[in-house]
Amino acid sequence: MTLKPALLDSAGRTVGDSLARLGFDGVRSVRIGKIIELEMDEVDPTQVKAMCERLLANPVIEDYVIEESD
Amino acid sequence: MKFAVVRFPGSNCDEDALQGLRDAGHVAEYAWHENSDLSSFDAVWVPGGFSYGDYLRCGAIAARSPVMESVRAAAAAGAPVIGVCNGFQILCESGLLPGALVRNSATKFVCKDVWLRPEGVSEVWPVRAVGLIRIPIAHGEGRFVAHEEELRRLEGEGRVAFRYVDSHGERTPVSNPNGSVHDIAGIFNEGRNVLGMMPHPERATRPSLGSKDGLGLLRVLNQVQRT
Repeated sequence: MTLKPALLDSAGRTVGDSLARLGFDGVRSVRIGKIIELEMDEVDPTQVKAMCERLLANPVIEDYVIEESD
Repeated sequence: MKFAVVRFPGSNCDEDALQGLRDAGHVAEYAWHENSDLSSFDAVWVPGGFSYGDYLRCGAIAARSPVMESVRAAAAAGAPVIGVCNGFQILCESGLLPGALVRNSATKFVCKDVWLRPEGVSEVWPVRAVGLIRIPIAHGEGRFVAHEEELRRLEGEGRVAFRYVDSHGERTPVSNPNGSVHDIAGIFNEGRNVLGMMPHPERATRPSLGSKDGLGLLRVLNQVQRT
């Protein structure tokens, strides 16, 4: 999950400034987010989406992506 | 008025709130976050701190703890509910107040006195009666944000309780300490009985604390006759 694009990601901006100071040019923007890994016996996409909506993400300020892997 | 001061693991402004409320002439007792019954209280104070270590997001876990069902019921019944600092974050996370609090625009934790201009209209919290006040802030994530439509409603309905201003009561580019949209320091819910604010009135209740402007805010409730 990451902050919505309309919101200033101040931590991301700070990291971007730092990268520039280290000489890494060409980074247009940095956005910092979180990854939450869930181990589940059975994956129910509807249930995972509900988890995101009710606790894991704050839809007021955050976007999220759900990915499934083995 | 009889206040429940809710305590979460990680609350750290609970004692200040209890003492401040008592200094202002209220009765105040602690309520543990696992309790679910606040029916013996008239009002609720959700204090500042770092509830549940601020894990996931500030206030996110506290907002989903058992006591919040009772806070929700109290709010729905029209009881005065106030959330200060982390308490404000908790009320936003719980959906009792709109918007959210995100990292300060300057990325730093800010701890200093600020001037507040009360603007919102509420019978439960007649904040305008206290006038311009100087009380402290202490937060890293206090930048209020809300969707454009929500912001329009807050402004249009006079639900911006407090705005950051300078000592003359004017909004200036430097009077906003955290980058909050529209210089918003505190807001009311639709029913105007739930108040959330980042600055700490309970930390400004005696001259020895640098200001007693906060005491005036805690006292305005005394003027309200509840039905």
